[in-house]
Amino acid sequence: MYDMKALYEAESVQHAIQLLIEHPEAQIIAGGSDVLVQMREGKRAGKELISIYMIDEMRGISYEEDGAIRIGSLTSFSHITKDPIIKEHINVLGEAVDMVGGPQIRNIGTIGGNTCNGVTSADSASTLHAWDAVVEITGPEGVRRIPIHEFYIKAGVVDLKPGEIQTAIIIPKKSYEGYKGHYIKYAMRNAMDIATTGCSVNVKLSEDKKTIEDVRIAYGVAGPVPMRAPSAEETAKGKPVSKETVKVFAKAVLEDINPRDSWRASKAFRQHIAVVLAERALKESIRLAGGEVDE
Amino acid sequence: MSNQYKLVSCIINGKKVEKMVDVRASLTDMLRDDYRLTSVKKGCEVGECGACNVIIDGECFNSCIYLAVWAEGKEILTLEGLAGPNGEISDIQQAFIDEAAVQCGFCSPGFIMSAVEILEAKREFSDDEIRKLLSGHLCRCTGYENIFRAVKKTMLRRLGKDAEADLV
Amino acid sequence: MYVGKKVTRVDAYDKAIGRTKYTDDLCDKGAYIAQILHSTIAHGKVVSIYTSEAEKIPGVIKVLTCFDLEEKHYFPTAGHPWSTDPSHQDVADRLLLTDEVKFYGDDIAAVVAEDEVAAAQALRAIKVEYEEYPFVLDVQEAMKDGAPQLHKDYPNNILKHTTINKGNYAEAIKEPGLTKVEGWYETPVVQHCHIENFICTAEMEGDRITITASTQIPHIVRRVVGQALGIDWGRVRIIKPYIGGGFGNKQDVLYEPLCAWLCMQVGGHLVKLDVPREDTFVSNRTRHSIRSHIISWVRPDGTFAARKLEAFSDQGAYASHGHSIVAKGAGAFPQLYPCDNVEVDAYTVFTNKSVAGAMRGYGIPQAMWAVESHTEEVAAKMGMDPIEFRRQNLMPVGYTDPFSKNEMYYDTFNQCLDKAMAEIDYERKYKEYQNQTGDIRRGIGVSVFWYNTAVWPISLETSSCRMVLNQDGSLQVQVGETEIGQGADTAYAQMAADVIGVPMDKVHVVSCQDTDVTPFGTGAYASRQTYTAGFSIRQTGLLLKERILEYAHELTRMPSYNLDIIDGEIVRVTDNRVMMTLGELATEALYSLTNSKHLTAESTAQIKSNAYSFGCTIAEVEVDIPMCKVKLLDIVNAHDAGKLINPALAEAQVHGGMSMGIGYGLSEKLIFDEKTGRALNNNLLDYKLSTFMDHPRLKAVFVENEEPTSAFGTKALGEPPACSVAPAIRNAVYQATGVGVNEAPVNPHNLFKRFVEEGLF
Repeated sequence: MYDMKALYEAESVQHAIQLLIEHPEAQIIAGGSDVLVQMREGKRAGKELISIYMIDEMRGISYEEDGAIRIGSLTSFSHITKDPIIKEHINVLGEAVDMVGGPQIRNIGTIGGNTCNGVTSADSASTLHAWDAVVEITGPEGVRRIPIHEFYIKAGVVDLKPGEIQTAIIIPKKSYEGYKGHYIKYAMRNAMDIATTGCSVNVKLSEDKKTIEDVRIAYGVAGPVPMRAPSAEETAKGKPVSKETVKVFAKAVLEDINPRDSWRASKAFRQHIAVVLAERALKESIRLAGGEVDE
Repeated sequence: MSNQYKLVSCIINGKKVEKMVDVRASLTDMLRDDYRLTSVKKGCEVGECGACNVIIDGECFNSCIYLAVWAEGKEILTLEGLAGPNGEISDIQQAFIDEAAVQCGFCSPGFIMSAVEILEAKREFSDDEIRKLLSGHLCRCTGYENIFRAVKKTMLRRLGKDAEADLV
Repeated sequence: MYVGKKVTRVDAYDKAIGRTKYTDDLCDKGAYIAQILHSTIAHGKVVSIYTSEAEKIPGVIKVLTCFDLEEKHYFPTAGHPWSTDPSHQDVADRLLLTDEVKFYGDDIAAVVAEDEVAAAQALRAIKVEYEEYPFVLDVQEAMKDGAPQLHKDYPNNILKHTTINKGNYAEAIKEPGLTKVEGWYETPVVQHCHIENFICTAEMEGDRITITASTQIPHIVRRVVGQALGIDWGRVRIIKPYIGGGFGNKQDVLYEPLCAWLCMQVGGHLVKLDVPREDTFVSNRTRHSIRSHIISWVRPDGTFAARKLEAFSDQGAYASHGHSIVAKGAGAFPQLYPCDNVEVDAYTVFTNKSVAGAMRGYGIPQAMWAVESHTEEVAAKMGMDPIEFRRQNLMPVGYTDPFSKNEMYYDTFNQCLDKAMAEIDYERKYKEYQNQTGDIRRGIGVSVFWYNTAVWPISLETSSCRMVLNQDGSLQVQVGETEIGQGADTAYAQMAADVIGVPMDKVHVVSCQDTDVTPFGTGAYASRQTYTAGFSIRQTGLLLKERILEYAHELTRMPSYNLDIIDGEIVRVTDNRVMMTLGELATEALYSLTNSKHLTAESTAQIKSNAYSFGCTIAEVEVDIPMCKVKLLDIVNAHDAGKLINPALAEAQVHGGMSMGIGYGLSEKLIFDEKTGRALNNNLLDYKLSTFMDHPRLKAVFVENEEPTSAFGTKALGEPPACSVAPAIRNAVYQATGVGVNEAPVNPHNLFKRFVEEGLF
């Protein structure tokens, strides 16, 4: 049994907002794989919970009118991985969330929960950053949309104002069209683990596949929140697809990232791995996009 | 808090049931305490070991981090529900017995339920896929080897590949 | 005959349908819930504990602290047979609750409440004031003068120091032409991680207390509960139902005494103490971390002139199994690669860490990590093939240990190496993987291991068995050696069926143990179950059989020596005529108006023998150097465990041990914060126990040399599979990269450190 003060079950998005206004101290619970664990630890013990888990309108993946991909915040990881829209346009996101925990966790864990908890190690977050995702937030004032990098304020804190919930994550058409990407989760074992470092890269190649028209790279656990590596991106944009470009790109990530020393891994180790991941993820992205890096 | 209860109606192992449930309860608590389905084991209570795994509407969940009230309207299957009407056991249970995939037995119910979900897909998974699909369970006795054999053999047999199954 | 056959486990069906009852499944819903308040400092004194806020919480029955102990009965916790000689008794250094905090996680207070939420709230509401002392986490630091002292009777925190001296090391190293090879080797603190946490319940009946516990050692628990509570041992009844794994953690008395005491403080009401996973890591037992220093002096022909081992074993805060662990490994050192001149110094040292106890292998996994890592380095330095070097130096056939009288009867090591090498295609791979370059390289490595069965002559070996014949000719069999998941009950049923001569389904091994009715036995440990229980099962079975045949003689007028029991029937052996079924005989015996008799037998076998149980591991790996990652590609264990009672269960047992060895070699380590002494990764997410995706297929092969000292030709197999896996993996990584990682595990952190040191980046 969980030490909760009360449980309020929201039946719709509007109901959830109303409950949040009525119970400003309450914590939202989506799939619960983080909130319940923290409650058991004592961190959130004795709190009121507002469960949004039963709100089916927040589930599912669809196209918006302008071709953007809309992922309902309560969509589970396993449903994202299996979804045909995701497979067609942003398969890397499906692959990334398929590395979260184990199968049961991927059935309960939601993309909304994964981003709203504001942790840097979230397997979805680096890919969402690397694809310029937009977060849809619904509150008493209506709906607002902000870029995902603005959504993250600091470790564990996201831009949700009183009465607001995250309702969807949107990948704009210009962010995915023509891009191919790859995510590498670096962890200490092959399942049931959190990322020591996660790296998501995607590229858009020229028609002849010889030039990198655009490249985006984002990390988890390279700083307090998921982050892009803009210096690295600048080194490779417009450059020929080559071993040299990849090397320079990978080295340049060190100018952007700021991993810390902890018992989970040393700073030096994380920096070393970040470079290796950048190199490998870019190479694989180029390969997926139809290009070839000479060895 | 003042005690808060909710009527939860659901189907458990094929039977429609309802009970007043403490809203603080996990699904593990409800299944073990209210329905005495003790195959649902507690190994960590934070979704890391898989011992409490049950099938909800066809997908596997760690019932320890699933609120009991979320069971409303759901169809839940536990290991106890695999037996036929006359107590006959399923092929996957028999395979766990035959392959010596059971040792202390504490992780077995959770594993078997994940195996059920795998087998329900009615397709042939690669060895790596099988490993990944079973990776939400920890076992300290078997090294996973005989569990792998039991699941793979049953998968192949269900697909009519008995000869291949014998070679696993 | 059933012995030697792949018989299905007797408990497999119930476990596969979810019917098997473990401790929590048996507990009444009305039980009070006990939870323990653990210290949040590593060393110091509890000055005061404020419980009033906790007591106000609805549902809280009682809050008890270290200051509520009216009598202080210090007790030992190791699951060893009691010694009637005080000098051989385990150190009694534990209290139910203590104000003398010795590690972060020590037990200082407890709450009894109506449910777990109230109990957890109460724990959070208790306020504790400490006087903090400096603490020490490292063995070498703890041994220094002026280091924080944990126990006043143990200067420099040394629980025990023992030596072995053979020949003359100092003289021997003067021999000209010797090569000196020296290294330091270290193993981490790891935990058993049985999937069922420790749990127990306690309830009073009259003036007696009944404890149901997930334990390997019910009879020992009874004794220790008596000692801890200062009550007569006969007032304590321990019930052991099915248990969800033990691996040595439950070969310690954990919280049974505390649960019993709490129960007595609440009027004998049923109390359940279910240890959370996080506390299992910290406040149960761990495996000793051992740091070893080995020096070998090697002749040009690759033989050892002299060897020296210094081993420092980290005991953590309390004595538990203590020095026995490192002593076992130290004892193996002069035997595995015999050498005329050997010096061994073994230390067991207290530190302010979680308490180390027994864990699968009992000091041997640590010793083999050191010895077999070192052996690899010696072979390399001498330019010799690692397999050939081992073959040349390993314990030869006919070797006899003067202390244990164990004898190497067969050419076990060579046979195991041959079998493992053939299974994994060693020769080809070894050649192929020599002198690689590039980022991704492969390697193959070997390790042998030394192990012996049971604890004689260091400690008592005894087994008692009871057999009771039912009306239908079936029988109940009880022994004091416990089923803990390893399949012991099945092996016992096979043995009993063969000795008596009945079909196996007529043998009902009583799995649930109850110290009120189960014959005395010391429980499951030391890989002794099959070996030791074998003696009492054979002896008792023969006794029962004799009684049955005597009764058959009265019914048939045939001399009993012309009768036998075959497949559940009384057979006249002179013409193989079936005289009656055993069921008919048993019914007649029980209901006879002229000679009613309950045919039973009970006997104790004291075992004054022991048996070596050796083998090896070969592992093949792929190392991704830039990623600092090792992928295990293939692995095989070869064992000579004597005759296998049940080859299917033996194979399964080896798989489990290999898995534990893989975790030991590649990923597992319980980490303690240098600043606070707190364990940092005490959960199954952060503690990297290997998952389904971290293993290749596991292969187990056997050499079945019948053990002459054994009742059924068998010997240890429970722990041996965990002993040689980690160094084999380490040695495979060494072949692949030329980098030896001497600090286990070979995880990315240690590989990164070593690759940087060796200039690979």
